[in-house]
Amino acid sequence: MAAYLLRRLIQSALILLGVSFITFFLLYVLPADPVRQIAGRSATAETVENIREQLGLDKPFIVQYARYLGALVQGDMGRSYLQKTEVAELIQSRLPATLLLMAGAIFCELVLGLTMGIVAALWRGKALDQTLMVTSFVTVSAPQFVVSLLLLYIFAVKLGWFPIGGYGTFAHLVLPAVTLGILGSGWYSRMMRSSMVDVLRADYIRTARAKGLTRARIVLRHALPNAILPVIAMIGIDIGVFMGGIVVVESVFGWPGIGQLAWQAIQRVDIPIIMGVTLVSAFAIVLGNLLADLVAPLIDPRIRLR
Amino acid sequence: MKKLLASTAVVLALALPVLAQDYTPDANAKPGGTITITYKDDVATLDPAIGYDWQNWSMIKSLFDGLMDYVPGTTTLRPGLAESYEISPDGLVYTFKLRAGVKFHNGREMTAEDVKYSLDRVTNPETQSPGAGFFGSIAGFENAGPGGLSGVEVVDPLTVKITLSRPDATFLHVMALNFASVVPKEAVDEAGADFGKKPVGTGAYKLAEWTLGQRLVFEKNADYWRPGVPFLDSIVFEVGQEPVVALLRLQNGEVDVPGDGIPPAKFTEVMSDPAQAERVVIGGQLHTGYITLNVGIAPFDKVEVRKAINMAINKDRIVQIINGRAVPATQPLPPSMPGYTEGYAGYAYDPEGAKALLAEAGLADGFETELYVMNTDPNPRIAQAIQQDLAAIGITATIQNLASANVIEAGGAGTAPMIWSGGMGWIADFPDPSNFYGPILGCAGAAPGGWNWSKFCDEGLDAKAVAADSMFDPTKSAERLAAWSDVYMGVMEQAPWVPVFNEERYTMKSERMGGEDALYVDPVSIPVNYDYVWVKQ
Repeated sequence: MAAYLLRRLIQSALILLGVSFITFFLLYVLPADPVRQIAGRSATAETVENIREQLGLDKPFIVQYARYLGALVQGDMGRSYLQKTEVAELIQSRLPATLLLMAGAIFCELVLGLTMGIVAALWRGKALDQTLMVTSFVTVSAPQFVVSLLLLYIFAVKLGWFPIGGYGTFAHLVLPAVTLGILGSGWYSRMMRSSMVDVLRADYIRTARAKGLTRARIVLRHALPNAILPVIAMIGIDIGVFMGGIVVVESVFGWPGIGQLAWQAIQRVDIPIIMGVTLVSAFAIVLGNLLADLVAPLIDPRIRLR
Repeated sequence: MKKLLASTAVVLALALPVLAQDYTPDANAKPGGTITITYKDDVATLDPAIGYDWQNWSMIKSLFDGLMDYVPGTTTLRPGLAESYEISPDGLVYTFKLRAGVKFHNGREMTAEDVKYSLDRVTNPETQSPGAGFFGSIAGFENAGPGGLSGVEVVDPLTVKITLSRPDATFLHVMALNFASVVPKEAVDEAGADFGKKPVGTGAYKLAEWTLGQRLVFEKNADYWRPGVPFLDSIVFEVGQEPVVALLRLQNGEVDVPGDGIPPAKFTEVMSDPAQAERVVIGGQLHTGYITLNVGIAPFDKVEVRKAINMAINKDRIVQIINGRAVPATQPLPPSMPGYTEGYAGYAYDPEGAKALLAEAGLADGFETELYVMNTDPNPRIAQAIQQDLAAIGITATIQNLASANVIEAGGAGTAPMIWSGGMGWIADFPDPSNFYGPILGCAGAAPGGWNWSKFCDEGLDAKAVAADSMFDPTKSAERLAAWSDVYMGVMEQAPWVPVFNEERYTMKSERMGGEDALYVDPVSIPVNYDYVWVKQ
């Protein structure tokens, strides 16, 4: 187990290194000059060159990358080119909002997705099952921009149940969390349904039924715990999916998280922020996957970590 | 002796206009209240030496002051922290008398040393100010560094003398730019690189709170040196709000001014509803949207081809695409800019005439080219309209739909044959015709990386421009504007651009906002002149 963990940690570090290299390289070859963004349109050629030199952007790629990495391992993510604020401070100030939104979204998708999946499995092949599976298909494919505006319009503007975007109270959290949760719930309902269907076919369920247990007891005590665990283990992997959706949802709802920060930085070619947010997201995804793998054998003893 | 007397008379004459005009705030204005402004993006910085986007521009204006300022709602200069100024007869020495008793937000009195420090700071390459280039006419600019500018001298605690290396008619406008704001050295030293987050100035408001990514709160500066203003107790800027959401919140009474304006998708809906339309203030903007024709790439090296394209573009239709939020342009300068040539019709829409010109250039069968465009709505739709207009005279244009940074890069490098400037179009830094020439039509801007994407460089016109800008005497302003009008007519003769439209500004406000309409379409404070607006309840 310890050897496994060590190997996975080394792998994770290598993945992060790879991500940092690829991102840095892509930003380097991008046909957009960050110095021009900083210098503005009235800058003279000397000003542009002077800024380039001060930021070390006149150096070859490998030197720039080595410098970035050198600072990074000392915990220095640099300063934003345009805001001149420390990237670590910018991310730190926005991370709690993103984590809160993720927690809310995971809660929503589990409640929605698992309920839909269980109901569909129990009424397998019936109209209810088919309706739910079509619904899940719709939620998985609906663009989040549309879903978020739709929810905002109905529940905040028309009904006035929730504030129109913003951050601060529980009421602010509901709509963005539901928007993100709806997307995930489609996947979870399908996974839950197939897992449940498999379990319901298993021998021990037949035994239980032969013992004369009630249907409710069979489902709740015997089938559900076994069917639900592999689905729960997917949460770790889900974090990666969220990172994509968060950019859109945070923008629409005015949620001050790192997705919004990333979107603004990309538009302004603010390389230190783009690097910082990418690495933090990559770290979250790597960590999520690692946790998912570590939890798996606890859920299903047949899985061994080697 | 006689000569001395004569020059004194000139000095006096030049010093006179200073006290002539000022502004009387709204008589019904009531002090007090808080307003809420929304923006999509977080504010980049509030450091006046660094901030250079349309979002932080007016915020910085309310936190800081420079020696010069504008009469609210107009493009007329008025003195700011300077009480008066004198210009030497040769136009090379500006002596500013400062107002006594002006206090920074930290309580210290502002002096001439602060003016010198601020100008030294903004021109010091280490500051990395995007506005450093504006101060190029101050003596010693080439050697600016930690040692400061040799052309700026402190005469006494309330007098600053600025010596120029060449006469510069725009110099007073430059002193009104945010980049020339006066900042206290001790506050800059203390905050270091974080001065943009902890701004200290002399302005009508001071920064009370900044929660990154969420909100900023400006609080009234009770010690403000202009009596009676500002009216508002505080301004709350909520950031991270989509324009569509901001509009919904405005309709719900939660927002007073959506800083990003009316979203295009909602524009028709808002304007066709009388209740909402009456809360929209419409005004001119110092903006021109244009197509650049790269004179370095064949066949745009031929003036007939450039003229033909000018005649091929149906500007009225393009204005329709943006719901009529603009007026068709005839020339580089927008109509609200001094120096605009009244009565000049430009190139009329005439596809047949355009074809004839192409045939004259030996291109009767047309040619293939590329049109670069920024990839946010409505620009790709406008590019398609241009594409169709070009197809009608036999030109096949492929559209290159890119992020703004990439279009700017291609424009600067000179690799783009045609660029539609939408989303990156020129908005004046200060209300003077010279600001539309040097960087975007002059030879200096045609260098690699410059903003002159046509790479158009006419040395004769450049010389005329320099001559116009050395007419520093404010009493000769009409002559100078006529000279600038000539320069732009010369540009149109050679047609390196297709001027397409001048955007109008549409500022939407809540019912409770007071103050004359001009304050909501202030040419230099976008969206709103925060110092003079007020709330009814």
